[in-house]
Amino acid sequence: MSIIVHDEPRVGPVPPEPTPPAKNYLNVAHTAASWLFTVDHKRIGILYLVSLTFFFTVGGLAAGLVRLNLLAPDGAIMTEDAYNRSFTAHGVVMLFLFLIPSIPAVFGNFFVPMMIGAKDLAFPKLNLASWYVYMVGSGFLVWSVLAGGVDTGWTLYPPYSSRYSTSNVTPGVFGVFITGFSSIMTGLNIMVTVHKMRCPGMTWGRLPLFIWSMYATSFIQLLGTPVVAITLVLLMVERVAGIGIFDPTIGGDPVLYQHLFWFYSHPAVYIMIVPGMGVISEVITCFARKNIFGYKAVAWSSVGIAVVGFMVWAHHMFVAGIAYYSAILFSFLTMLVAVPSAIKVFNWVATLYRGSITFQAPMLFVLAFLVLFTVGGVTGLFLATLGTDIHLHDTYFVVAHFHFVMVGGMVLAYLAALHYWWPKMTGRMYSDFWSRASATIIFVGFFLTFVPQFVLGYHGMPRRYPNYPPEFQVYNVLSTAGASVLGFGYLLPGFYLTLSLFFGEKASANPWSATGLEWVSSSPPPVFNFDRNPVVVCGPYEYAIGVDQLGRGLPEPPGPGSADDPASHDGPTGPAGPMQKETHVVG
Amino acid sequence: MSANHHGVLKHHFDNLEQQHAAERLGMWFFLVTEVLFFGGVFVAYTVYRYWYPNEFAFASSHLLLWVAGINTGLLITSSLTMTLAIRAAQLGDRRALIRHLLATFALGAGFMGFKAFEYYTDIHERFVPGEMFRQELAKAELELHAGHGGDHHGTAQHWAVDLAKNNADKSHTDPAYIGPGRVQLFLCFYYTMTGIHGIHILVGLGCILWLVQQAATGKIPPENYSTVEVVSLYWHLVDMIWLFLMPLLYLAGAGAHAAGH
Repeated sequence: MSIIVHDEPRVGPVPPEPTPPAKNYLNVAHTAASWLFTVDHKRIGILYLVSLTFFFTVGGLAAGLVRLNLLAPDGAIMTEDAYNRSFTAHGVVMLFLFLIPSIPAVFGNFFVPMMIGAKDLAFPKLNLASWYVYMVGSGFLVWSVLAGGVDTGWTLYPPYSSRYSTSNVTPGVFGVFITGFSSIMTGLNIMVTVHKMRCPGMTWGRLPLFIWSMYATSFIQLLGTPVVAITLVLLMVERVAGIGIFDPTIGGDPVLYQHLFWFYSHPAVYIMIVPGMGVISEVITCFARKNIFGYKAVAWSSVGIAVVGFMVWAHHMFVAGIAYYSAILFSFLTMLVAVPSAIKVFNWVATLYRGSITFQAPMLFVLAFLVLFTVGGVTGLFLATLGTDIHLHDTYFVVAHFHFVMVGGMVLAYLAALHYWWPKMTGRMYSDFWSRASATIIFVGFFLTFVPQFVLGYHGMPRRYPNYPPEFQVYNVLSTAGASVLGFGYLLPGFYLTLSLFFGEKASANPWSATGLEWVSSSPPPVFNFDRNPVVVCGPYEYAIGVDQLGRGLPEPPGPGSADDPASHDGPTGPAGPMQKETHVVG
Repeated sequence: MSANHHGVLKHHFDNLEQQHAAERLGMWFFLVTEVLFFGGVFVAYTVYRYWYPNEFAFASSHLLLWVAGINTGLLITSSLTMTLAIRAAQLGDRRALIRHLLATFALGAGFMGFKAFEYYTDIHERFVPGEMFRQELAKAELELHAGHGGDHHGTAQHWAVDLAKNNADKSHTDPAYIGPGRVQLFLCFYYTMTGIHGIHILVGLGCILWLVQQAATGKIPPENYSTVEVVSLYWHLVDMIWLFLMPLLYLAGAGAHAAGH
């Protein structure tokens, strides 16, 4: 993965800062139409960023309602019916409108072409169409919420959802069905782009790990989403026609719905987390100034998760009456899927070992990810184990586990990506202090919110219930208090990132001294990404010898760099200086 | 480069070869999603057919096999004309391209025409799950009790009479008993699967019309034949799905009846 010339690492000269073009992708046009009809993958990424931020806020408010209501054992603020609708709105909006599109639609759209040296995704119009499809689908979901909401929970199990629920299930299901197509379009576009649009020299072995994880994610989107689409069609037919294939009164089997639903929806949690893992690999190498430990292991573990992830779905149904032996098999397979995730975590930790770590906001989010994702992953094994799952199934333990992986893992990875790539996307630096403060507050607030839920679940508080015995109140109050801290932490980026757009210092082309191709162009990038077509000569993370993928030297990394920093006293302050002790392990 | 001259090469590709390869690969990936989309309902069908073989055989044998037969012929032929259209596009023979595309369109439209006739007949026969089915069956049972037992003199539809007769002297636990609910389950599959397939045909017909328009305005030069090719890939897949639907829905009855009687 490294180039060794003679016995010495080759350190290219640091390239001059590229002159920012007069017209970059942001200021090339200013009309609303230039945004709404753009086919530029970068602008579409921004469109998604704005929409996703909106829906994240909506989903967060719904979560706030749920937590507030749980302050009192009999419901603090709303009726039980409204409570059902609130947690369903939280689940549906967060999963289908935020987590599933999140990193692929925002950062995948924006950075996959840039990181592989392409001018755009393979199908720019399809890309724009995916955003419109997403907006139409979310329109149906918003309609279903405004018209009174859905009370089935995000899993939409029949026969309740098909026959008995009096809420707006049909527009809700239709909205989820439509947003699925947007997910397929993004995934298909990224897969074809990775196959066909790589620039000269960008071999599979030199792809940044973010690209590998996006590829694995797209693979799941392509194979999984159509299955849930047909399942939701069958559900809608059943609800509208009053008769359908999951209807037990004519011999239909509701458990079959659960099989089909989880065949997608379990892999869908990997659609959510695997892109986050890609972000971690990018950020952790950059801020530890180290080559990734075990490139191939990390790359193939993404693919491993994508493949094995399709064989574990029935662990959601251990208490739904599936066959005993198939339960044992699915329990085993579920434990198997923990292996590639663990491989990643070990490799990231090994990457940190003896690195020159600095603690800017992206890195703080990544370190928080490592802790929270590991807790989430290990508690997943409790649930994978058949015996313990009987006790923990459908309790707050599951809720806490899921949120540790999805919020502690995925949302923090999303924020890491946002803070890592924000200078490139907007051309502005944000407040160092407030961003670190936000990362810290979110980490603390998150822990406070969800650790009590593990205790609640272990003691048997079922998920989705609006009331609970009084002795559980202390944990629920703790959890709601944590949620308030967490909510405050989420608000902060909204302020300092927005302020940075107007008052932020101008970002250089490569403010973090990173190696990827996306940092070659000026910030923000020109319309067609690169001034000249790049030719890649290096692996993706040559921090040890300090060269980017074009084989050029890296600018001085940010970081302590102050007068009392020992590294700044001896010799060159560039990456080659402090890194020299590492060169013997390279190659 | 002549390709650039025609404006065929899009800005973000290096050359036409890359562009065509991307388009083809994109369509193949899309076909994968289509296979999984139908795969879900095929799995569900398989589960229920395994559980309720008698009911599926009974319901299947009351569908219009001859319509399905003609439709199969139409679709297979349309795949041939579609392939001839690719050949014409490669050779730059615009007239032949349009001719073959229109032939494909006509065959596909014929399929939809027969399908519409079939739906019309099914609904006319009240062979529709839900209230229609229950009423018709109740009527047939009533007529059977009233003594129309021997031959079909009543006004009830033949499928309902067959079902009523079959179940007249059987308890629910009799292996030869045909559960009316499960017959309706088959009909749910019949309408959903053919309906979704029909929507795919309509989309395909739209794409073919668009190709005709493109060809007529000279936007499909030989170096851009892959546009025709990607539509043809989709059309072949829709055709192929029919080749699975047809035996599953229409021929499920034949073998089982022979074995049963």
